[in-house]
Amino acid sequence: MRRLAGVEDEEKWLAEGIAGIQHTAFFMHRALDANNLREVLKYSALMLSELRTSKLSPQKYYDLYMRAFDELRQLEVFFKDESRHGLPVVDLYELVQHAGNILPRMYLLCTVGSVYIKSKQAPSKDVLKDLVEMCRGVQHPIRGLFLRSYLAQVSRDKLPEIGSEYEGDANTVMDAVEFVLQNFTEMNKLWVRIQHQGPGTVREKQEKERNELRDLVGKNLHVLGQIEGVDLEMYKETVLPRVLEQVVNCKDELAQYYLMECIIQVFPDEYHLQTLETLLAACTQLMVGGLSDLSVLPLTILPTVDTKIVLTQLMDRLSNYAASSPDVLHEFLQVEAFAKLSNAIGKVIDTQIEMPIVGAMTLFVSLLTFTLRVHPDRLDYVDQILGACVVKLSSVPKLEDARAMKQVVALLSAPLEKYNDIVTALTLSNYPRVMDHLDDGTNKVMAMLIIQSIMKNNSCISTADKVEVLFELIKGLIKDLDGTDTEELDEEDFQEEQNSVARLIHMLDNEEPEEMLKIICVVRKHLMTGGTRRLPFTVPPLVFSALRLVRQLDSQGGDITGEEVSATPRKIFQILNQTIEVLSSVPCPELALRLYLQCAEAASDCDLEPAAYEFFTQAFILYEEEIADSKAQVTAIHLIIGTLQRINVFGVENRDTLTHKATGYSARLLKKPDQCRAVYACSHLFWVDDIDGIKDGERALLCLRRALRIANAAQQMSNATRGSSGPVTLFVEILNKYIYFYEKGNPHITPSDIQSLIELINTEMQSDDNGNRRTHSDPFFTSTLRYIRFQKQKGGLIGDKYDLIKL
Amino acid sequence: MSNNTTGLSGPTRLQPPNNCQNLRRLDRFLRYNYLRGAFKPACNISITFTDGKNRKQVPVKKDNGQMVMNPLFHSQETIAGNVCIEPYQGKKVEHNGVKVELLGQIEMYFDRGNFYDFTSLVRELDVPGEIYENKAYPFEFPTVEMPYETYNGVNVRLRYLIMFVFGIISETILNFASFVFVIFRYVLKVTVTRGYAGSIVEYQDFVVRNYSPLPPINNSIKMEVGIEDCLHIEFEYNKSKYHLKDVILGKVYFLLVRIKIKNMDLEIRRRESTGAGANTHVETETLAKFELMDGAPVRGESIPVRLFLTPYDLTPTHKNINNKFSVKYYLNLVLVDEEDRRYFKQQEITLYRLKDESS
Repeated sequence: MRRLAGVEDEEKWLAEGIAGIQHTAFFMHRALDANNLREVLKYSALMLSELRTSKLSPQKYYDLYMRAFDELRQLEVFFKDESRHGLPVVDLYELVQHAGNILPRMYLLCTVGSVYIKSKQAPSKDVLKDLVEMCRGVQHPIRGLFLRSYLAQVSRDKLPEIGSEYEGDANTVMDAVEFVLQNFTEMNKLWVRIQHQGPGTVREKQEKERNELRDLVGKNLHVLGQIEGVDLEMYKETVLPRVLEQVVNCKDELAQYYLMECIIQVFPDEYHLQTLETLLAACTQLMVGGLSDLSVLPLTILPTVDTKIVLTQLMDRLSNYAASSPDVLHEFLQVEAFAKLSNAIGKVIDTQIEMPIVGAMTLFVSLLTFTLRVHPDRLDYVDQILGACVVKLSSVPKLEDARAMKQVVALLSAPLEKYNDIVTALTLSNYPRVMDHLDDGTNKVMAMLIIQSIMKNNSCISTADKVEVLFELIKGLIKDLDGTDTEELDEEDFQEEQNSVARLIHMLDNEEPEEMLKIICVVRKHLMTGGTRRLPFTVPPLVFSALRLVRQLDSQGGDITGEEVSATPRKIFQILNQTIEVLSSVPCPELALRLYLQCAEAASDCDLEPAAYEFFTQAFILYEEEIADSKAQVTAIHLIIGTLQRINVFGVENRDTLTHKATGYSARLLKKPDQCRAVYACSHLFWVDDIDGIKDGERALLCLRRALRIANAAQQMSNATRGSSGPVTLFVEILNKYIYFYEKGNPHITPSDIQSLIELINTEMQSDDNGNRRTHSDPFFTSTLRYIRFQKQKGGLIGDKYDLIKL
Repeated sequence: MSNNTTGLSGPTRLQPPNNCQNLRRLDRFLRYNYLRGAFKPACNISITFTDGKNRKQVPVKKDNGQMVMNPLFHSQETIAGNVCIEPYQGKKVEHNGVKVELLGQIEMYFDRGNFYDFTSLVRELDVPGEIYENKAYPFEFPTVEMPYETYNGVNVRLRYLIMFVFGIISETILNFASFVFVIFRYVLKVTVTRGYAGSIVEYQDFVVRNYSPLPPINNSIKMEVGIEDCLHIEFEYNKSKYHLKDVILGKVYFLLVRIKIKNMDLEIRRRESTGAGANTHVETETLAKFELMDGAPVRGESIPVRLFLTPYDLTPTHKNINNKFSVKYYLNLVLVDEEDRRYFKQQEITLYRLKDESS
């Protein structure tokens, strides 16, 4: 009847009800003031009759109930005072039962009952038992729920719990528990029953209303959780089985879900732990009932009990409990918490075919979190979970649900976060298998996470096997996976990824050269599959990593080089050569050139002339064949010169060849100033300021002279084309070179050379009276001159030398 | 309120019979429970019981609905007292004898106004003569057998009374405003027999209640009833015989519920049957309607029954009193569905009066 009523009608009925209560309450108050028991009972029963309405929704009924509740408080005060009504409470207890209507009768009985207990004239357990039993008479769900919640409320402080004044020989905490349990059971039954009232069309509304009432039911569990003296034994033997029995048997999704949640929240963690088996068994039994209801109302899609949320909550709580104190961990071991949880989850997943994959994943994540907290040392557990996850994932087609994906990522990240050490994760055989089920994008995200974890924790991966596994894990970053549309990739992301890989390579390290070599080989093997876009990012770190190994070997000296040792610099250089070669074909010649030069230098340090020569050769070939851009050429030639200058391993012949080449290339640069600079730089190739360095002063001077010529030519060109003075700067730069070599004792550089050059510069500056140029070159020149003067004044050996220069 | 006091205040309240049409005054007559038929009553008659001060008084509903207190006796008790005749100032009462009778009477609905005396004991108090001044006659009925209780029913009233007859018998007054169909009463009747002037009669009602011993066999009532595929219940009352201050305990167990039940009540019904054969007249009255359950139960639900009998105006079960009438009690379990259809099952219970009660 109520279902058809509109909101307005309900408001009206509520108003009527409230008015009715107020009206009768007025007479009741008058009777109270007059201490007239008979009238009090009459009007209070009348007042409570307002609660017999069926017209109100739970919300509105609650309003009405609260009004009546307030009045009942006053009534209780009256009942308490025997001098006011003149009856022993036991008689009063009978008297109120004379009321003809059950609802007012029960409210009055509960009220008097609470007074009765307080008076201690009867054992509280008897009164409680009687009350909870008599309340059965109200079978109307909403009225019954409110009545029983009233009972729960008035009895809350009168339970014979431990430490309570109502506890005694005959009244044990067991009685308190029994009472609450029974009330809970009955309330839950009533609550569940609401759904069977009324037609199916209003089911949604009904469910909503039911939801509003759930706290009335849950309150009982709350009370159970608070009763003093419920020890583990009692909880295990009585409380939990009874509650669970109710939960499982009520076969109602809403209730099951809510109550399980309540159970998990209200009882202490250690109880959960000790009763894990029971609790989990119940979890696996949920749902079953829910399905049968579906057939009754095929039109309505019911949400099934979210076992996963329940389990998740349970595991989260247990995890937190484990985390709270290390002392409790042994309890977990004792009860084999992991095995039980794992079993339960397996069962749930197996039985609930229709559970979306995301649900299963969530469960696994929770279990994993739990395991990591409780059994951080049991990697096999973690692996087991991942294994189960793989099985589940394999049973479904390609994972597409984004949420599920997220859960898998969480699943995979958890061990990383926990162990702060990828090395541990690498020992998990199922880890990569789980990753295989991710889509490419997620796979990359996961790979990035792994790398970030390594970076963050600065963990070093030190065996080839692990490296192998690791690269297997992050293969999404290493190479193009099948079917990936590379065009779609965001360039920035790509760079970010590859940079990460590059950084990762530096984290692979082992003191043992043998192993390190293996690592390098493994990495190389993987990186080589990366394709042209990746190689420029990944090869350099690999090369440097290898070079580091080389230097390490070198610093250790030759004493470790045995016949069977493979980790020789020579070998490494071979590998490097091949590696860089790949890079040059990418094409990325500049980079390859730089790497060759690096290698050459390293080879030189190792006294491996052939290798160094080979690298230089490669560098020159690259220069010749691949580097066409003039700017790149300038940079390259300077690099070559710089490197060559430092290398001292070459014999005369080789060196000549190389220096000759370098000088030659320098002179063939396109722009005159570039030529000039390259050529004077070449001068250093012939004069290495080192003890055993080559000191071919003549050829150095030749280079400088050649540079001067070029500078001159450049100036003339400039004059010819622009009509303005040429680059005095070049002259000043050359002057500086002169001064350098002079200072270093190149016998072929004479003071007169320097003097004439200074004059030349002065002349050039004067001949060109353009203010701009002058000012531009002035500071450099001036400071050069100042340097000379300074050296003169300083005196000593150098000073004497400089004295020869006349300014 | 005892008859002694009413007797003393008698003169001021004396009403001539032609005022009997006046109902208000009639009320007063009834309230004081003494009947006067004489135009000029010569004396005031009062009846007192020996232990009148200590004897328990119980309220009895009179014909006009008012409650009066009457002394309570039990069977086998000795009923003794005094009859006091007080002639009015300057009057003398001539009589042919004074007698007191103890009568057990039944008045039936279909036979109204006719009291059938089932018990009649007589004591002659005085031989014919004259009374000039106040005179008291002690009387005694030793160990009176009064097997039946006083009963005021819909159909039957059984009363015991002590009656004085004094001049005109004016029992017709009872016919006014009588709503009781059956009266079963005990009464003391004092009669001062006079010749032509008519006898002077005075009545004194008293109540008889008889205790029963605890029944040796008192089985519970247990029964499974139902409507096929619709409703199956099993109910149980802890006894089949209850004393008047007893409490009915029991439960109703729902085995099958396919109808939408709105509520369930337990009723106490009283059935009076009078007469015999073709003349049998049955009246049923619901004395109590007690809600046991609110709302619709589901299968397996068990609803407690606890009904205190104290608040209800019950009498013991009477079986075939003097072949005239019986009073039977029934518990009626009624289930009402949402369409207000009633499903019920009636079970007879025996009510008895237990000794250690306060009344």
